[in-house]
Amino acid sequence: MDIRLDGVGHSYGDAEVMRDITLDIASGQIVCIVGPSGCGKSTLLRFIGGLERPDHGRILQIGTPPEGCLNPLTYVFQDFALLPWRSVFGNISLVLEDHGIRGKTAKAIIDDVLARTKLTDFASALPRQLSGGMKQRVAIARALAVKPAVMLMDEPLSALDSQTRELLMDDLVDLWTRQPFTAVYVTHNLAEAVRLGHKVVVLSRRPGQIREIVDIDKPLGDREFGDADLEAHQKHLWQLMRDEARAADAELLHV
Amino acid sequence: MSDISSKSPSDGRAVSFRGGGFAPKSRRWVGFAVFAFLILIAEWGTRSGWISALTLPKPSDVLVTFHELYQSGLLFKHLGLSLGRLVIGAAIGASIGISVGVLIGLFSYIRSGLVPVIAAIFPIPKIALLPLFVIWFGIGEGSKYALIAFGTFTPTVVATYGAVDNVDRTLIRMGQSFGLSWWSIVRKIVLPGAMPGILSGLRISFAIAIILLVAAEMLGAEYGIGAYILEAGSLYDLERLFAGVVILSLLGVLVSGCIGVIERRVLGWRS
Ligand SMILES: Nc1ncnc2c1ncn2[C@@H]1O[C@H](COP(=O)(O)OP(=O)(O)OP(=O)(O)O)[C@@H](O)[C@H]1O
Ligand SMILES: [Mg+2]
Repeated sequence: MDIRLDGVGHSYGDAEVMRDITLDIASGQIVCIVGPSGCGKSTLLRFIGGLERPDHGRILQIGTPPEGCLNPLTYVFQDFALLPWRSVFGNISLVLEDHGIRGKTAKAIIDDVLARTKLTDFASALPRQLSGGMKQRVAIARALAVKPAVMLMDEPLSALDSQTRELLMDDLVDLWTRQPFTAVYVTHNLAEAVRLGHKVVVLSRRPGQIREIVDIDKPLGDREFGDADLEAHQKHLWQLMRDEARAADAELLHV
Repeated sequence: MSDISSKSPSDGRAVSFRGGGFAPKSRRWVGFAVFAFLILIAEWGTRSGWISALTLPKPSDVLVTFHELYQSGLLFKHLGLSLGRLVIGAAIGASIGISVGVLIGLFSYIRSGLVPVIAAIFPIPKIALLPLFVIWFGIGEGSKYALIAFGTFTPTVVATYGAVDNVDRTLIRMGQSFGLSWWSIVRKIVLPGAMPGILSGLRISFAIAIILLVAAEMLGAEYGIGAYILEAGSLYDLERLFAGVVILSLLGVLVSGCIGVIERRVLGWRS
């Protein structure tokens, strides 16, 4: 299933936050969205996930979601959004219960996603007993449990320390290589973008517009921490971002 | 920079600890000790005479009265009837209160319509309405249930919708983003999230329920702790009056203990 954004624009009151965003998200690809703070990345993701409606333009699902997909557009939140009163197991079964999946079937699915995110030993732990990185893995496991067609990830790793982030990036790459998933991945971190993205979309300052789309052809599995060609991409992205951030600062001075 | 290894440990001072406090723990025996201390003071004062017998009855006499009440079998008659009224009245009031509170927390129209109404009826002393309840529900049990229910209802509503307002919105968004049904979100996210606030509201509501129980029983009840106290009071029988008061206090401790047990079971995820 592909996603197409067609001329999406939006204003909150008088403030225009994004303008004319047209973008294709092909299935099996990770599309990273980067841009200065406040340019509308989270808002765009809420539009794609159907949690809010844009003023202009349309968001289209092209094709049907794959067989067995319970929740085509599935979020991974920056702050994990785990229910503190449910165990790891309970947090995942929460999203299955409404689809009438209980008992043995549910347990099989949950065991599978916990194994894939290396959490098998923590099935009965409560969220407060987990570290930040483990909580985010639970959130990822929960997203995997509903077999999403597209994962919508809003800075999923930004609440974590840099070592945990590296490890989780490896985990995500592993997950993707074993079974490619489609994802829209919003981040501030250019290293994450070049590591995980097949496509990196650079948004301009507010109102957010597409400044450039950078394609990174190197297969995910071959990318490594500190690769020279990735560094080159990262440098290029940083140039673009820096110009935007500078311009945004200059605008602030002249208000 | 100076070389720290050249200095002897005796040059150093331990960093003073300043991180304690602000984390009260339950020390059960302290409560008992305070009670025992107060009772002993009263006993000593009344025996030695610097508290006159008219000011305060002797705690030991109160105990004797209590024992007589127990032996005559009237204790359980009073207590049983009172507990029944308390449980039924408070259950009606709390369940309607929680339901209305949740509705106010969830729906704009209900909120706009009912919040002013609740604000208007909250400050009315419910005891003042007792005659009205007697007219509406009769002099029997009905008016007593109604009074207690009404008194528990308002604080429960206010606590509940406050608690629902405080439920983490990102959790609700999460539920929606996974396509959970409205009813699932309410049942599995909103209600558990509001539970801490609802339970601490119930503590207050049930204390109010005990106060109203006595008030209701002072009017047209033959048996019940309120009736017992009223009778003792009109005869200036301080021992019996105090025996009744002790029963009420015990009831209060019992109710608060029950809520404590529920909190520990339902809110174990917090600590
Ligand atoms: N519900 C809302 N009502 C009004 N304005 C909003 C709302 N949500 C976002 N905005 C505004 O829209 C703009 C874009 O917000 P958004 O959260 O999408 O930015 P972002 O790119 O995700 O920023 P960051 O990188 O800091 O997370 C901001 O200027 C913000 O003030
Ligand atoms: Mg954001």
